[in-house]
Amino acid sequence: MQENHGYRAEAEAVRYLTLEDVRDMALGTAFLGSGGGGAPVSALLQLEAALASGRQIKLIDLAAVPDDALIAPCGWMGAPTVSEEKLPNGREAIRGLEKLEEIKGQRVFAVFPVEIGGSNGLSPLLIAAERGIPVVDCDGMGRAFPESQMVVFNVYGCSANPVIVTDEKGNVIVLEAVTNAEEERITRVLSIAMGGSCHVIDYSGSGYQMKQHAVRGTISLAIAVGRAVRLARSAGRDPFAALISCLRSSSYYSHGGVLFDGKIVDLDRNTEGGFAVGRAVLEGFGSTERMVVEFQNENLVARRNGTTVATVPDILTFFDRETAEPITTERLRYGQRLKLVGLSVPPLLRTAQALAVFGPQAFGIAEQYQPIEEINGWL
Amino acid sequence: MRIGIDVGGTNTDAVLMDGRRVVAWAKRPTTRPVEDGIIAAMTAVIGDSSVATSAIQAVMIGTTHFTNAFVEGRGLLKVGVIRLASPSGEALPPMIGWPKALRQAVEGQTFMLPGGYEFDGRTIAEFDEDQVRQSARKIHRAGLEAVAITSVFAPINAAMEERAAAIVREECPGAKITLSSSIGRIGLLERENAAIMNASLAAMAGEVVQSFRDALREMRIRAPFYVSQNDGTLMSAKYAEVLPILTFGSGPTNSLRGAAFLTGCRDAIVIDVGGTTSDVGVLINGFPRESTASVDIGGVRTNFRMPDVLAIGLGGGTRVHLDPSLYSADVLSDDDFSIGPDSMGYRLLSDSYLFGGGTLTMSDVAVAAGLATFGDPSRVPALSDAVKAAVMGRARRMIEDGIDRMKTAAGDVPVVVVGGGGFLLHEKPRGASELSQPEHASVANAIGAAIGQVSGELDRVISYAGGVRERALNDIRALVMELAVAAGASPATVEVIDVEEVALNYLPGQSVRVRARAVGDLKFS
Repeated sequence: MQENHGYRAEAEAVRYLTLEDVRDMALGTAFLGSGGGGAPVSALLQLEAALASGRQIKLIDLAAVPDDALIAPCGWMGAPTVSEEKLPNGREAIRGLEKLEEIKGQRVFAVFPVEIGGSNGLSPLLIAAERGIPVVDCDGMGRAFPESQMVVFNVYGCSANPVIVTDEKGNVIVLEAVTNAEEERITRVLSIAMGGSCHVIDYSGSGYQMKQHAVRGTISLAIAVGRAVRLARSAGRDPFAALISCLRSSSYYSHGGVLFDGKIVDLDRNTEGGFAVGRAVLEGFGSTERMVVEFQNENLVARRNGTTVATVPDILTFFDRETAEPITTERLRYGQRLKLVGLSVPPLLRTAQALAVFGPQAFGIAEQYQPIEEINGWL
Repeated sequence: MRIGIDVGGTNTDAVLMDGRRVVAWAKRPTTRPVEDGIIAAMTAVIGDSSVATSAIQAVMIGTTHFTNAFVEGRGLLKVGVIRLASPSGEALPPMIGWPKALRQAVEGQTFMLPGGYEFDGRTIAEFDEDQVRQSARKIHRAGLEAVAITSVFAPINAAMEERAAAIVREECPGAKITLSSSIGRIGLLERENAAIMNASLAAMAGEVVQSFRDALREMRIRAPFYVSQNDGTLMSAKYAEVLPILTFGSGPTNSLRGAAFLTGCRDAIVIDVGGTTSDVGVLINGFPRESTASVDIGGVRTNFRMPDVLAIGLGGGTRVHLDPSLYSADVLSDDDFSIGPDSMGYRLLSDSYLFGGGTLTMSDVAVAAGLATFGDPSRVPALSDAVKAAVMGRARRMIEDGIDRMKTAAGDVPVVVVGGGGFLLHEKPRGASELSQPEHASVANAIGAAIGQVSGELDRVISYAGGVRERALNDIRALVMELAVAAGASPATVEVIDVEEVALNYLPGQSVRVRARAVGDLKFS
């Protein structure tokens, strides 16, 4: 059983999020997405409308959740590009929650993002606003991952069941999968059948269980990161310095740094098994330094002049070097001028069990995992 | 021979071109309606060259009129909006996120109806003819003259939008209908926004295009006329009347294309130095590099093809903030002065030292440094060599920084300067392999309009499953070339200039989104 190491408890256990918080969070979740997770444009627009109509987004600390409460991690599965075109109905998650309550015979006390990275980090806020229930300040991945079994709950032995898959048309599918890997395989096929995107509730459980395993404080971290960058930009200070210093004061994601500053000189991508697989080659300005980043939806490994400087599950995110806007792998372009920021993930994502599920080998990368702060001497 | 015209906010420029030669050019004030300014500029070029109007084969007009009108919320129609997507999309109703004032000016009635397609072509929900008809009747009763129709994945299959349009035509005779599929790309909200924006401009488009027609008639020019699109290619006047939104962004595009033409550069950085800003753009293969991010117009998100232009707050009218006690300083440190970002704009002609005022501008410093001759140099207070060098040096560095930010390759690139404030860049900047300021640079926009080509564009999600990538891409190439010919290109000149593939993450079946574009020279019949 993995413990959550000393996360600094928020001074306040309850916080109502403002539009500014939500916008800040969008930047933070894009950063934690490690290049994946899709753009949160439609979630942001919906949250803006929800707040304008007087709905509230109540964020609570994990410690404030009763042990016996039913908690539901939520998220969307599918292709971000499809979600730009086929927009949600707005009832998908609510129908899923209702089905879960029917199965469990218990009200859902609160929701949280199964994945903090990318647009999935924001979408549970909408459910919370819509249903008038809290969103818990935690998530199941601590970043973004391409597959649904790459979640801490699976790492530490929880079952995904019952899995509730819903779509915009009103289809509700309840799945009892024999393994968590089967759950991924079957829901992936469902997402295609449902037109390229669907809403998934899996790994639901008790407050006690969430306290054991969830990655704590990631929503407030995402807000803090976005806020630091915004304030630095508006004050004309270096947003990257602000970002790094904000991370340093967090107890989980404390080792961050700019790994490279350069321009994309080669971009090679193709699709394999439904994933965008490829690599970006960057060259430094006025130098012969080269950084090669390999990705499979998310950025997986970074090598400077052939030497590995970071691997999954540590976070690797490209930013526009001028605006400090995170750039997802889908939006990478030849000639872009970027900074590559690396970030350590919490200890519970770095155990042997965790690395077996989403370490370098899970993505076919040969080298053993080594913490980013050790490789780069950030200690 | 052809005439290129640029109708800007301040000036209307005209050029008369014989093949690749600029025969005559003129600059006249823009008027409202625009007709008189166009006639004045055309009269000047035709008079100067004593060419018979019958020798003119085509007239090309570029204008920022529609962009400005939309951003200012001027003369817009209220729009009836029909979206065929339900049950999808109801969480994000049409016009979500629009600025209040624009929304009030444009929103008529909104209907979210069943319909739309999945990415693989299946139907999301059956088209409901009755509901469409009822909505059309309500639109008609509300007296709305413009209608925008959008359905999910319409860029791949426009059939439902077309069915709805047929019904609206029956129920709302004379209504101006915009289909999202005629505008563009995947990204429903952005495309729907564009369709609504376009519909709101329908009445004005009719008037402005008519005013172009009247100007030509008055000049007794019977040649066809064309309007510049945002990608530097041309559309027929009829098309512009229906899709005025495609002119958005044509201003910077025409100046970039004009610069390419005047210098012969296919790949270069182009800097258009105006009164308030210097706009830095990039030419790739003779065409402007397009922006990949979504483009906000008046606060409304769209996904247009727009040139990727970086505006730097440096122009002829930009203020130089320097304490007069330091005008004759022997040494000037970096903290002693700043440039802009505020500009005198048109007040340059009254408030700068050169024109009798008391404000120090970039033009004052440039004239004092002997880099330009206009106004009355004797009115500019004595500036020390150190001051002149420091200010002009800073201006050069600002431009160098802009070049650096827009460059796509590590090596030095050719830099072309156009626009009225070109004197601000008098020596080759760092990062430039050469610096050119061609003849006629001040009317590069009108030249860009005159040399416009026609294009075809395609944006589809296709599957590469089973290793059919090559065949699929060949089909796309053939199709996009056909589209260019259909748009008026001479078949022999058509080439595919861009094919871009983006894998659809997280989906099996190797689904890929492909965008392709072909262009060709305009066919003269």
